[in-house]
Amino acid sequence: MSKHLVIDGREIPFAEGETIMDAALAAGVYIPHLCHNPEFAPHGSCRMCMVTVNGRHSAACITPAAVDAVVENNTDALMAQRRTLLQMLFVEGNHQCPACEKSGACQLQAVAYYCGMLAPELTHLYPRREVDASHPDVAIDFNRCILCELCVRASRDVDGKDVFAINGRGIGTHLVVNSESGKLGDSLFDAGDKAAHVCPVGAILPKHRGYDVPIGERLYDLEPISKIGDVAAQEVD
Amino acid sequence: MTHHVSVKDVTADLLRQWEHDPYNLLQILIGVQQTFQHISTTAVDLIADKLSLPRASIEGVIGFYSFLHVQQRGLYDLLMSDNIVDQMSGSRELAGLLARRLDVKSGTTRADGAVSLGYTSCTGMGDQGPAALVNNRALTSLTPQRIEQIAELIEERVPLGEWPQELFAVSGNIQRRDLLLESDLLQGAAIDAVVSRGAEQILSELEESGLRGRGGAGFRTALKWRFCRDAAADERVVVCNADEGEPGTFKDRVLLQAYADRLFEGMALCAGVIGASRGFLYLRAEYFYLLEDLQQELQRRRDANLLGEDILGQAGFDFDIEIHLGAGAYICGEESALIESLEGKRGIPRIRPPFPVTEGYRGRPTVVNNVETLIAAAMIAVHGAEWFCSRGTDDSAGTKLLSISGDCARPGVYEYPYGVSIEAILRDCGARDVQAVQVAGPAGQCVPPSEFHRAIAFEDLSTGGSMMIFNQQRNLLNAVENFADFFVHESCGLCTPCRVGTTLLQKRLRKVVSGHATSEDLAMMRTIGSVVRESSHCGLGMTAANPILGSMEKFPGVYSEKLKSTGFEPAFDLDAALDEARKITGRDDAGAHIEGGGV
Repeated sequence: MSKHLVIDGREIPFAEGETIMDAALAAGVYIPHLCHNPEFAPHGSCRMCMVTVNGRHSAACITPAAVDAVVENNTDALMAQRRTLLQMLFVEGNHQCPACEKSGACQLQAVAYYCGMLAPELTHLYPRREVDASHPDVAIDFNRCILCELCVRASRDVDGKDVFAINGRGIGTHLVVNSESGKLGDSLFDAGDKAAHVCPVGAILPKHRGYDVPIGERLYDLEPISKIGDVAAQEVD
Repeated sequence: MTHHVSVKDVTADLLRQWEHDPYNLLQILIGVQQTFQHISTTAVDLIADKLSLPRASIEGVIGFYSFLHVQQRGLYDLLMSDNIVDQMSGSRELAGLLARRLDVKSGTTRADGAVSLGYTSCTGMGDQGPAALVNNRALTSLTPQRIEQIAELIEERVPLGEWPQELFAVSGNIQRRDLLLESDLLQGAAIDAVVSRGAEQILSELEESGLRGRGGAGFRTALKWRFCRDAAADERVVVCNADEGEPGTFKDRVLLQAYADRLFEGMALCAGVIGASRGFLYLRAEYFYLLEDLQQELQRRRDANLLGEDILGQAGFDFDIEIHLGAGAYICGEESALIESLEGKRGIPRIRPPFPVTEGYRGRPTVVNNVETLIAAAMIAVHGAEWFCSRGTDDSAGTKLLSISGDCARPGVYEYPYGVSIEAILRDCGARDVQAVQVAGPAGQCVPPSEFHRAIAFEDLSTGGSMMIFNQQRNLLNAVENFADFFVHESCGLCTPCRVGTTLLQKRLRKVVSGHATSEDLAMMRTIGSVVRESSHCGLGMTAANPILGSMEKFPGVYSEKLKSTGFEPAFDLDAALDEARKITGRDDAGAHIEGGGV
């Protein structure tokens, strides 16, 4: 007999060792998320998947599923909290959707639409960040990085290259490239790496094919992320 | 301050000393920093090569800790303790004096490389501030005269070892003793208790005593030890959390200074109970001055067969303790971040479960306890549960050490039975005309006079020991701002709400302090604050909004008197923002200004 937990009143089956997010994804229940990608060990950092478990606030991606768990996911209060968290991510970096090539196929933008975030509202931090175009095939725009560490995890755990790392602390936390110059072009990075295909936003982008999908035909143009799923899942390696 | 040794030799020595073990990376980096006042690319490359670590990861560790630098710091690296209590005793003015006297701007290194000046989070000297650190050595009781003296010593390049010792004097200041500090503990008695009576007996005694963690969280000590003992593993680990970083607390420093023997007794007791062979004392960098004495104490205990192999003649009871230093990161007081730091990494709190009691240091079951908890456990093993329960309340057995500082006649360490009221404490330490008491540091609560009947206890005002007193003359908003700045500085940066939310709260609060805020801003602080509280990954984030949310609730007046009456105020001064454009265009007429600086 399989075990069940309850998400928004619905019974969801789960297997031993699964998280609430695992169970939800398997059952087709959408819990907004950015740093989570089922191919990698959970990270628990973006906090977009905050739910309440028996009234207690928990991140679904790192909370073990349990038979007595009554989970609330799609509530007004949690959606409001997610909007604030999204606004924090938007004001932390420099996200100019209209000019961004990833617009329409960006997970940050898609989750923001799904949660009903209309404007950043919070004080913009306008950080000074670089664009690294040193690599022949892939560019990094650090302005758009949301510190999900998926590229760090992919390069370390799948590619075995450790091309990316995190430096700094607190609001000064930032993504860095492991090479003598700190430039991507001088690192072991290759366009075929897993790390080149996991970025949920427009921070790591392939060169030589800019804006090739017209507006109206982009990933989330017709259906919301709750139906389409993650950006990384659409990547054709 | 060695100038004639090579980076390569020193780094190679450090690598050898720390057994070329990547888990000891942080300790190696601290050694390089202390020798050369920075960690050069040569050192990073060498370490990367020998430990097979990516260079960027090593730099990531350096970038995480406040006391590690890739840029050269001055030969004399001076950091003023910037806790609100230091500020109240004039630390900012003294820093200004020092900056003028040495002709160095705060936050910079002087061009000749002689001196760096900056601020640091509370150094744990709240009862004898203003305090500072010079190359990791604690300076206390600073006065304008001492600042002058220090400036002269620096200008004459007098080595730290030759500075007058009174500059480094740290007093114990124990003002009240109760159960723990009044009772004796014979060396080896607690270890003998576990050897002669067995682990199960000791655990029952601890259970009966009701001992709960003294670091603030209050987890039952016996239960933690039992979980660890019951976890399947070949090796277990005992860690003493001596990363006493909560601003305003210093009682662990006093215990480490005067009662280290009891602490090590408690660690060995824990090892005997859970079956651990390895122990660590994680000592905050600010207490570096204690390191040598602590090492000597460990050696004395090895010589007395209270550490090492076959302790007290019990075959197979092997246990020893290493001291690891922190490097300036408050978050490392969180037990899983502390373990990451012990493993030489950035101090990022882990995902739990698994909890440290089942998977801690290098995946081994690990008990992490506060200094005071381990000492209490040793005392209970010898004197018994009944002795311990003779003090305290039903839910909070025993006594609590409090670090009392701020506006009172007798700051220092006070040991009280749990259940003592704020009122009684204020009477004892000679505090008059009190406006508020900050209990448990910035992460705790700001208690108004109407609640001074409340008690220090897990079931009422729970605290790790910090207690800062503010009299009626103080501007409470200064304290709130100081605490908000503290959390911005100490957030590890992992999760969105704490990383970004603390900075957004700081900005809004500054708007209040500068007199530009409206009720809209207060509402926004409540929204941001509650998101930070509810959605953060660890205890730091969950409490980071407390200073603002708590003071808005308990002291609404300090906010309302600062508010502008208009419904909206821009987040920045529009007129000032036009300044650059005016300079470029060479205009300064009325049309190039926005009146009032805003809309």
